[in-house]
Amino acid sequence: MDGIHDMGGMQGWGTVAIDPDEPVFREPWHGRAFAMGAMSMGLSGTNLDAFRHGLERLHPYDYLADGYYGRWLACAETLLVDSGVLAPGAVEARARNLMGESVDEPADVEENKPTYERGGAGSLREIDDEPDFSPGDRVRAKDMRTGGHTRMPGYIRGRTGTVHALRPAALLPDTNAHFQGENPQHVYTVEFDSTELWGPDAEAAMLRIDLFESYLEAT
Amino acid sequence: MADTDTADRLPPAVRAEALESLLTERGLVKSEVLDGFINRFVNDVGPMNGAKVVAKAWTDPDYHQHLLADGTGAIKELGFAGPQGEHIVVVENSDDVHNVVVCTLCSCYPWPVLGLPPEWYKDPAYRSRMVREPRTLLSEMGLDLDDDVEVRVWDSSAENRYLVLPQRPEGTDDLSEEELAALVTRDAMVGVARVGVS
Repeated sequence: MDGIHDMGGMQGWGTVAIDPDEPVFREPWHGRAFAMGAMSMGLSGTNLDAFRHGLERLHPYDYLADGYYGRWLACAETLLVDSGVLAPGAVEARARNLMGESVDEPADVEENKPTYERGGAGSLREIDDEPDFSPGDRVRAKDMRTGGHTRMPGYIRGRTGTVHALRPAALLPDTNAHFQGENPQHVYTVEFDSTELWGPDAEAAMLRIDLFESYLEAT
Repeated sequence: MADTDTADRLPPAVRAEALESLLTERGLVKSEVLDGFINRFVNDVGPMNGAKVVAKAWTDPDYHQHLLADGTGAIKELGFAGPQGEHIVVVENSDDVHNVVVCTLCSCYPWPVLGLPPEWYKDPAYRSRMVREPRTLLSEMGLDLDDDVEVRVWDSSAENRYLVLPQRPEGTDDLSEEELAALVTRDAMVGVARVGVS
């Protein structure tokens, strides 16, 4: 989907400062949000791709307002509510009560975990299909548009590059995130010249990005 | 629609506490399990792991070759594996090529060797600009590259994770593998800094 998460090439974000003394978790709740975010996939019966899509589905304000762990926390809530593990509004009501208000907490709802076939642990899969492309091939990133999950960033769409390497096959996030099957595919690292992406005045650089076979077409 | 009135927003620390209480009272998580998970990433998984990999590659030519050919396998040999490390590719810097890693779509990062990503890696400014103006951004972050150095930016958009093998600094011939590891920084293994001799 075309959301706030697809940040490659956006402008206006300012500069980047490195804090050499940054702790792993700056606030205690960052650690709690991280751990519960990681566990939310199993608890909701979903998967890593659904988690990433959960982040993308957050309102842009919620995506940004409380930083990385803020969105992990919000995403954990989203997946748990979607799967009926928690009732809509349960977290907010509990939070208000923890803050000294006295609000009714919603009753539990029926569980609604997704049912779908899994091909094993992790994301990598062995597949028998011959790869469509080989290192050195010229390929174009398809001009794909979807409202669902994809790992094809907008800045690559329609651009032409060269296959650099074949990587291990992996399940397709575009369907796995929606519990529509793993559809494992070959994955390629494709190299794009910066001028192909950003125009003739681009800074000299080569961009290498990992793309699923169905994202690509021969030129 | 999100509540964008900041006065009305619940503090995330309280939301986290609320979620944890809801999950623990349902028996779905145990607070000690969360503690263990957090402690692992605070104490055991971090850039000190990647630094050992780099120092070994600098001192052991066979390992160096193995690491570039099969990053995941060579890294596992040192005991480092786990989530976000299913397939790790090691890319080597030289006098002619500088590699730098980003994840524009989220903040994918090779956890087994670097731990959790720092704030700057997750910053929208880093995610947006590294693919578009890497030389300018690297310079702002303190790394100036000559015009004749090829910059390779790796956007980790699938399940491959990238670790930069930085150049070994001059004047370190007498250092042991352990002393070398102490010089290697997280920032150098992402590609936004060089390894220096402190």
